[in-house]
Amino acid sequence: MSQSAPNAPNNSTASRVQAGLKKRYAQERRFRFYGVLAITLSLLFLSFLFFNISSKGYTAFQQTFIQIDVHFDENKIDPDGTRDSETLSSANYGGLIKSSLRSIFPDVKKRKDKKKLYKLLSPGATFQLREMVMNNPDLIGTTARIWVPADDDYDMLMKGHIDRTLPENERRLKDQDIAWFDHLIESNAVEKRFNLTFFTAGDSREPELAGIWGALVGSLLTLFITLIICFPLGVATAVYLEEFAPQNRWTDLIEVNINNLAAVPSIIFGLLGLAIFINVFHLPRSAPILGGLVLALMTLPTIIIASRTALKSVPPSIRQASLGIGASKMQTVMFHVLPLAMPGMLTGTIIGMAQALGETAPLLMIGMVAFIVDIPAGVTDPATVLPVQIFLWADSPERAFVEKTSAAIMVLLAFLIAMNSLAIFLRKRFEKRW
Amino acid sequence: MLKKIALTSLVSITLLGTSQTFAARDYVTIVGSSTVYPFATVAAEQFSKTSKFKTPKVEATGSGGGLKLFCASVGIKSPDITNASRRIKQSEVDMCSKNGVKEIVEVKIGYDGIAVANSKKSKPFDLTLQEVFLALAKEVPDPKGNEVLVPNPYKKWSDINKKLPDTKIEVLGPPPTSGTRDAFVELAMEGGCKTFPWIKAIKKQDKNRYKSICHTIREDGPYIEVGENDNLIVKKLEANPNALGIFGYSFLDQNTDKVQGARINGVTPEFEAIAEGDYPISRPLYFYLKKAHVGKIVGLKEFLAEFTSDKAWGEEGYLVDKGMIPMPEAEREKFASDVKSLKKFSFE
Repeated sequence: MSQSAPNAPNNSTASRVQAGLKKRYAQERRFRFYGVLAITLSLLFLSFLFFNISSKGYTAFQQTFIQIDVHFDENKIDPDGTRDSETLSSANYGGLIKSSLRSIFPDVKKRKDKKKLYKLLSPGATFQLREMVMNNPDLIGTTARIWVPADDDYDMLMKGHIDRTLPENERRLKDQDIAWFDHLIESNAVEKRFNLTFFTAGDSREPELAGIWGALVGSLLTLFITLIICFPLGVATAVYLEEFAPQNRWTDLIEVNINNLAAVPSIIFGLLGLAIFINVFHLPRSAPILGGLVLALMTLPTIIIASRTALKSVPPSIRQASLGIGASKMQTVMFHVLPLAMPGMLTGTIIGMAQALGETAPLLMIGMVAFIVDIPAGVTDPATVLPVQIFLWADSPERAFVEKTSAAIMVLLAFLIAMNSLAIFLRKRFEKRW
Repeated sequence: MLKKIALTSLVSITLLGTSQTFAARDYVTIVGSSTVYPFATVAAEQFSKTSKFKTPKVEATGSGGGLKLFCASVGIKSPDITNASRRIKQSEVDMCSKNGVKEIVEVKIGYDGIAVANSKKSKPFDLTLQEVFLALAKEVPDPKGNEVLVPNPYKKWSDINKKLPDTKIEVLGPPPTSGTRDAFVELAMEGGCKTFPWIKAIKKQDKNRYKSICHTIREDGPYIEVGENDNLIVKKLEANPNALGIFGYSFLDQNTDKVQGARINGVTPEFEAIAEGDYPISRPLYFYLKKAHVGKIVGLKEFLAEFTSDKAWGEEGYLVDKGMIPMPEAEREKFASDVKSLKKFSFE
């Protein structure tokens, strides 16, 4: 058209279009540029966030270990030779650790210096020895070379978070401490290893012993309760409202309320949980069952709305065809409409679950913000969840918890990304287009 | 349809299961102050690792919130212990006894210092309590020397005392819900406030007015509330070398490479000075115990023995490693024996 325009100068419409064409192209280019700019900016923010978190957190996946020779002295562990589990469990394993440290540094004589020397190793080393002996009493009387976790301060030194060049009184570790540690490094008794504890342990006040597993199990149990309550309730509500309910003032009112609930701040659900589930039904505080119920209330509106949208997108011709060949209303819904709407419903549910996974505010009110070491074994055990664990670690004074916090955020993000990609996958795989 | 029935029955089974297993509780529950939380959690963890009992559950609800939960009822549903960074109030004792919590045991566990600190990038501050009061109170005595109160006119530290730096007054501190704030107001603000004899004289005539003069922090900008996260305050001090921050001693101890404590009345916030009682802004930490629960809750008695043992709260105990300031030996013995005999609390 632009080629034919110069040949027909008299055509006034074409020339008007011609005149404005450049401007329109420019406008379109500008519009597209704004779009690209917006995406670039948000990607930039996102990558900054990821970079910031992972650059701080990746070191938490490694842990400094120190090698020591431990002599499992029979006289100290089990002097009577009974091998009785009570004796074995209450033996003084700390003493064994101390004596092996003393044999590495025989020059340390003063009481005060010795006390500092013992702080090279994590208090977890004692428990590690205990567990080894409990599992294998044959160790008693032998000498073993084992790796035990270093104390968090030395871990920080190893990872470069403690500046050796600072004046001595501004460092957590004094010159003497660093000299001991360097001696160990020179004799190849220090190693950074994969931090398995982080993925298998519950919370701890010693950063080198703290793990995410307890919070992860808590999150999974909580989400399980949320899911088994939310999904059937949400889908049933949506199906009834969309397929069976008459259109009248009552259903309108319900619809307005559901939409309204979806926008209520989550802390309100926490207060509701406190008032109803704890004070009236006497559910145990801090338990996943309680957290799950509260989060179910919060997620329910999201699932109902998503499910209704999914049902609405099933074309009426499907229903008419089914009814036309003599199926009942219920058969139509169960065998034709629901299967077609299911991918959309699942997507909505997964997104609602992901939202519940990242929620802390409602859990504040029902006691899930707590220090819990034991891994929850059921829905009534006290538990905490991933975002709460992040909050608690961020508030801890020990420097080593900074990297643990970022690492926990990475684990949470990984879960969120996995859940959201599952939602996208389901939609792509099962979605029908008409 | 069948699936749905299965799911619903699953829900009801889980719900039923709950009400049954809930009949017994085999772990100790602790609520209360976020200042005591780091210490209570360490004791809980040590206890579980060295005994056959489950780890006590520790919730950080704040001192006031903890006492409210603690006093709500007696029985396995209510917490056994509440931590507090201040002493229990008469009103709270009344609330307790109204709800059937008649016998409580008070245990002081140690002390905590409150540091006023700034970034290492600038010079350390050297303040008196009076200067702290003048910098942060809503109303201060007339700078001209009249015995009247005027809205706080000070904008810069040098306005208060020529020796102080010529920078804007900027103090980051905890919000009113915090026990640290309560203690700071009571010890530092009131401590500086009563250095004015005529204000001190008001206390005898009108206690409420005295309190409102001494305890009200200014709201015109120089005092900035930063939430109850002490780590955040440390981070903000690093970014803003002119600001001062108020937080617990344990955070100062962990961040000596980034921040430095101001000298208060000539005393630096250091372990020895706080333990000796020389440092003026330090407070006792407590926990309160329900006598009726001892012997009923599995492991409670043993946990109390752990917490009050010398390897925990003694001068070289693990609580001290975490930044708590221990009590003198005589005091430790007194409270340990109070716990053993479950001495009923009363205001002396």
